[in-house]
Amino acid sequence: MSGQAFVDRLKKQFGDHITGANLEAIDPWIEVAPEGLVEVCRYLRDDPELRFDMLNCITVVDYLETDPKKAAKADFAPHLELVYHLWSFPNKVSLVLKVMLPRWKNDVPGELPEVDSVAGIWSTADWHERETYDLSGVRFIGHPSLRRILCPEDWEGHPLRKDYEMPLEYHGIRGR
Amino acid sequence: MATTHLDDPRIIEFDVRTDEMLVNMGPQHPSTHGVLRLVLRTDGEVVSECTPHIGYLHRCAEKIGENLTPRQYIPYTDRMDYLAGMNMNLGWAMVVEKLLKLQLSDKAKHLRVIIAELNRIASHLVGMGAYGLDLGTFSPFLYAFREREKILDLFELACGARLTYSYLTVGGATHDLPSGWLQKCAEFIDQLEPVIDECHTLLTTNAIFVKRAAGLGVLSAEMAIDYGCTGPVLRGSGVDHDLRRDGEDRYTDMYDGYAFEVIVERNGHYPRDHNYPAVPRSAILGDCWHRFYVRMLEVMQAMDLVRQAIDRYSTAKGDYGIPVKLAEKLPKGEAYLETEAPRGQMGFFIVGDGSPIPRRVRARSSSFCNLSVTHELCRGCLIADVPAIVGSLDVVMGEIDR
Repeated sequence: MSGQAFVDRLKKQFGDHITGANLEAIDPWIEVAPEGLVEVCRYLRDDPELRFDMLNCITVVDYLETDPKKAAKADFAPHLELVYHLWSFPNKVSLVLKVMLPRWKNDVPGELPEVDSVAGIWSTADWHERETYDLSGVRFIGHPSLRRILCPEDWEGHPLRKDYEMPLEYHGIRGR
Repeated sequence: MATTHLDDPRIIEFDVRTDEMLVNMGPQHPSTHGVLRLVLRTDGEVVSECTPHIGYLHRCAEKIGENLTPRQYIPYTDRMDYLAGMNMNLGWAMVVEKLLKLQLSDKAKHLRVIIAELNRIASHLVGMGAYGLDLGTFSPFLYAFREREKILDLFELACGARLTYSYLTVGGATHDLPSGWLQKCAEFIDQLEPVIDECHTLLTTNAIFVKRAAGLGVLSAEMAIDYGCTGPVLRGSGVDHDLRRDGEDRYTDMYDGYAFEVIVERNGHYPRDHNYPAVPRSAILGDCWHRFYVRMLEVMQAMDLVRQAIDRYSTAKGDYGIPVKLAEKLPKGEAYLETEAPRGQMGFFIVGDGSPIPRRVRARSSSFCNLSVTHELCRGCLIADVPAIVGSLDVVMGEIDR
């Protein structure tokens, strides 16, 4: 199936939930609205033709320029990008899904943005979403046990955010 | 019901109730392979729940990647899976090349095959030896480390380092192989073959080993895929998948023209297992024994690949690498690439934004996903079998915690 035909098929099925696509990129990707993510993922996994049965990786990219000079020239508004890399064993093809999120829920700094968890679709997502929550600060609704995985439980902040600042002190250990 | 049990003196000992207990295993337990902490909920000797806790070796690898250029980041990839540093270098170098749209010469590709497959042998030797240790046998470990030492000597000749190589880099390798190296490498491979046979007699067909590993920790193919398990763990469950054959063109190009068969059981047989006794009857596809056996056969496969690569390398044209500036500007865009590292599919993701320093670096660790299935495998097993199951997954904490 060609890239465009595939996007058209998804658009027909999900309408407004498919919000964009870039087929010229090195790894072509499809953008999904946060509300439609679980529905689209379930379809991608269960459709007898598509069968994307493996989730390889979940990544969050933080689009923010902390330097005010660079921020003025930046060609993007601050946001988070969730990237899902999928693989289909029967068809031996990969797929990239993207979900755009605000950096903070309702633009209130400190309130983590929310998206539905796909841990019920691929078990890989369980630990990957925990890691994403831990390091990038995205809350996954419906995750069985969303707690930190790499950082200690009492760690503050989400280190892979661009505006993260190292704590000066952690339990008597000097941070900087 | 209980009264009838009490009447029967043979059953009474199983009717004794025990209290649940939480047992903490690790992070300094020798058989947890590094700083892995497992919290076991046990009922007598039986584990009813096993929760892995990770993060003790977290070194902010992804954050560091956002502050360095890709070539500067190479040494940090060494420290992810420190038993297969070359394969980590390769994975990272290839994803950067994908973003930069670099094409390598044949010579560089064959050089990479030699080095990556040699490191696969070294890594599987450690995996095999350490697994023997987990199950209480010491000699295979010594044999494995003796052989691994010779590979490290070869790597030292090639790049000067014995563990953290930084040899394969963006654009190829840092140097060409020194003169006489190929000869030494071929000699090493020739003498390794009988040693591997020896290890097969010591472990694979050893009655005690089979009793411990066969039928234990059975991972079905569906569950392996669901949890994103890859590499020998996936193939040990009977899924015919190897990125060296099924991966992206950029990666499979490297192995183009090489003769090799994916190590997976088909109709009760493994490719190239004719030299060895048949799969033991007590073994079930997807158990610890199968995972171990896949690794052992992959050593043989890798030896074959090294032999072929040596021939091709010595006649190949081109240079061992393309010079890439230390602060080469990265184009806007993103690239994701997975390579078949010894422990599974190691994926790297890079987002470039026009400057030499990437906006985002992500490492998709194979051991991370392989370990996430532990709680499923350990449910209902004995405490003594937990190290046997975790050992069969062959995880490296440096790669999990990054």
